[in-house]
Amino acid sequence: MFESVLIANRGEIARRVIRTAQRLGLAAIAVYSEADADLPYVAEADEAVLIGPAAPAQSYLNVAAVLEAARTTGAQAVHPGYGFLSENADFAAAVSSAGLGWVGPPPAAIEQMGDKINARNLMAAAGVPVAPGSAAPVVDADTARAEAAGIGYPVMVKAAAGGGGIGMGVAGSAAELDGVFATARSRAERFFASPAVLLERFVGHARHVEVQILGLANGEVIALGERDCSVQRRHQKVVEETPSPGLPEQTRASMLSAAVRAGAAVGYRNAGTVEFLVDLDRPGEFYFLEMNTRLQVEHPITELVTGLDLVEAQLRIAAGEPVGIHPAMVRPRGHAIELRVYAEDPKRFLPGPGRITVWREPAGPGVRIDAGYAEGNTVTPFYDPLLAKLCVWGPDRASALDRARTAAAAFAIEGPKCNLPFFAELFEDDQFRAGTYDLGLVDRLRPGGRPRNQALDVV
Amino acid sequence: MAEEIRAEMVANVWKVVVSEGDEVEDGDTLVILESMKMEIPVLAETSGRVTSLEVAEGDVIQEGDLIAVID
Repeated sequence: MFESVLIANRGEIARRVIRTAQRLGLAAIAVYSEADADLPYVAEADEAVLIGPAAPAQSYLNVAAVLEAARTTGAQAVHPGYGFLSENADFAAAVSSAGLGWVGPPPAAIEQMGDKINARNLMAAAGVPVAPGSAAPVVDADTARAEAAGIGYPVMVKAAAGGGGIGMGVAGSAAELDGVFATARSRAERFFASPAVLLERFVGHARHVEVQILGLANGEVIALGERDCSVQRRHQKVVEETPSPGLPEQTRASMLSAAVRAGAAVGYRNAGTVEFLVDLDRPGEFYFLEMNTRLQVEHPITELVTGLDLVEAQLRIAAGEPVGIHPAMVRPRGHAIELRVYAEDPKRFLPGPGRITVWREPAGPGVRIDAGYAEGNTVTPFYDPLLAKLCVWGPDRASALDRARTAAAAFAIEGPKCNLPFFAELFEDDQFRAGTYDLGLVDRLRPGGRPRNQALDVV
Repeated sequence: MAEEIRAEMVANVWKVVVSEGDEVEDGDTLVILESMKMEIPVLAETSGRVTSLEVAEGDVIQEGDLIAVID
């Protein structure tokens, strides 16, 4: 095992990785921008290095600054967390070239999954179901119209190089396609430096279910169960739960084996997540969406039901050690749910940074809080709005929901805007309580269509 | 009557869509702000002429800061 690890990230995920690293006896090295000097993760690390100003491009996305911090501190490995450089194949390769352990998949696997069209084609060839859609990048409106006609409306238009729901649009008819295509194309260009887009059949009545996989040091790929991420606003997850309340056992089993095939097809190592769309109008049907080649934000709920520490598994795999996990031994127990506590208002979900004047975390049986902030910290506008992940375990779904409702009500945050009141509303919703909800749930709770100042997530 | 458009949050001015003197309709996008990895269009809530534009691309503005006046 390594003696030290540098965490190339910030906030809650840096803190989460530091916790496991220290438990395993590794020195945890943090990096931080000028905006983050007062955050808990910087104080809790064994060593912390200032790598630049607040703007991500000059700090957390600055490959040279991160590698220099690793060099000066003598770090033996780099854990990228999620976001920032975590899915940057060049960074992964640079870390390895510098003689450091890379706590992530091989650069080639990142690259293969990073191009959405390439990934779709690869998955189809590996026997992983994909929705009808583009087999090659679409760059002009004429091709888009021809493809859309072949796929059938409504179609989803999204950046070929993108991910995370950014810049996606839905065209309900040929008349809408040109506008949706132009928007998706310019967003793809701006955010992902490539105007190529991809068209896919839009599944209107669906759940988003993903599978946690681990590629072991010996080459074997195993699945650790699923997470249902169907509570989304603007294509971004707000609540996740495991097991999925809406997945028949047979569909679940075929999804888990499809996820293993997906990982095996790209020679996957370390922790990854294969995302699927479950078509509720076609029983038993699900389609590959994308693969996240890193640790996922919502990984704690898998940890709560399996008792595993996924960051420990990541570090052991990166060090070439066996993890001591066998699929037959992984028997998820009980039910877990994660509420993403964001610095945004609970009605329109618009961001609101600010100084935290009150921060009181709930406690209780089954409650786990992964927080990036503490009282007195300032939430700045430079990074994503995630304040904390409120994760709750219960012996069954009903008790997990009860505990989550109590914990959410007891979480006190003042200063920045905060979406906690939204969860109180969610727990009253009949479809959510019954577990029969789909991806349209949040829009139904916010009737009246698009609010005037609709925000769009950019990264 | 003049309508003052003010920032709802701390943000970076990502894009300025209109210029002083432009005629705008209710619902037109005036500027696009960026905060916490979201882009937030700021819309005109009345029709009229942009008589004053107080922000430039790249500015960091605070909650309550004046963005534009429509008359």
